[in-house]
Amino acid sequence: MNFSFRRKRISGILAVVPAQERFFIEEMKNFNFPETRSLKLKEVMGFDKHRLVEPGVCVSDLAVFGFEHLFNKGLLRPDDLDALILVTQSPDHFIPPTSNIIQGRLKLKPDTFCLDINQGCSGFVIGLIQAFLLLEQESVRKVAVVNADVLSRKTSPKDRNSFPLIGDAASIAIVERDAEASIIHANLKMDGTRNEILMIPAGGFRLPSTPETAVLNDVGDNNLRARDHLRMDGSAVFNFVQVEVPPLIEALLSQASVPMNAVDYFFCHQPNRFMLQKLADKMQIPYAKMPSNVVENFGNSSGVTIPTVITFNMKERLLKEKLKVCLAGFGVGLTWCAMLLDLGFFDFNNIIEYK
Amino acid sequence: MKTVTEVLKEIRPEFDFAASKDFIADGMLDSFDVLTLVATLDKIFGISIQGVDIVPENFKNLETIGALLRKNGVQP
Repeated sequence: MNFSFRRKRISGILAVVPAQERFFIEEMKNFNFPETRSLKLKEVMGFDKHRLVEPGVCVSDLAVFGFEHLFNKGLLRPDDLDALILVTQSPDHFIPPTSNIIQGRLKLKPDTFCLDINQGCSGFVIGLIQAFLLLEQESVRKVAVVNADVLSRKTSPKDRNSFPLIGDAASIAIVERDAEASIIHANLKMDGTRNEILMIPAGGFRLPSTPETAVLNDVGDNNLRARDHLRMDGSAVFNFVQVEVPPLIEALLSQASVPMNAVDYFFCHQPNRFMLQKLADKMQIPYAKMPSNVVENFGNSSGVTIPTVITFNMKERLLKEKLKVCLAGFGVGLTWCAMLLDLGFFDFNNIIEYK
Repeated sequence: MKTVTEVLKEIRPEFDFAASKDFIADGMLDSFDVLTLVATLDKIFGISIQGVDIVPENFKNLETIGALLRKNGVQP
């Protein structure tokens, strides 16, 4: 599905990451693999350090911390927010929506439109699409797109295929009207027939959590995982990304009549360095134009990785200049999407630590 | 220059790759070993094996890996 939006812009991005760094080299002992093989994996995939929340820390804690930072620094006024869109796969509770919990904790006005969206690695683009649609309403002038996940709490520490790359984080992007903004193009695709490639099998209504679903099983490749944990078919995900994402981006650029070399940066979801470099090779994009350094510094935090790769690599530049960028998300659902827009002259663009 | 067998031996020294017809089915290479193998072959032969070709069928044995390298202009 193609979208286009006029007179909209992102005016600032804040990422919130847990303060404590965890190191792959120290976690290797939890995996049932020879050290030499784990070290080779570290080199290929770019595993180094990641940020995980302490037990008990929830999505609303990270989001409220970020909003309070913006309010206290005078970067955002609570009454200016007309909508709060939260994209998460790890809500505080099934009921009520976590966006309402955030609204309540921050004492935002009752006129705030709160909405939870259950999406993952495509969640930043999907949140933006929803925000742009809301901004078509006269009554909506400023929207906060919050992406947040604490999926380390649902990932087995003895699963070498998932745990080293996982990260917890939140981001807040402020979206508003701008009469002079260039047209924004987006493209979104979904394939629910492949929904089991990325899944937490137990814990919902289909398969409630029980003592049995919490038991660690040997799931092959010497990995131990419970049905309560995140399950990722790495090979299937890798192939899905390599097959589906390049034509999606090419179609988006064609739709916008923008050549590949006119795009300053490609800010993609960050599954791991190897996958992104293969994607860049396929599309003949220089690695410098497609940063892939989030997993090695923070971990893969689902929908938060695109805001994180933007703030981590373009912190100062996006305060002072405007760049034409392509965003691309891909993962759980399966869902894949891309957006072409101008980013820049932000009011803020920063990463802060949650303590 | 290293041979494919030497590269495989570095990744999983405990196995005799010449004796197997299916490294994946025989449990000699897992999915992450395949990625390590691709990264190593890319580096030593100066190529970039396409992501869409990183599927188990292409890494079953020395013949299929050789065919993949030939597709990328390398005579193994």
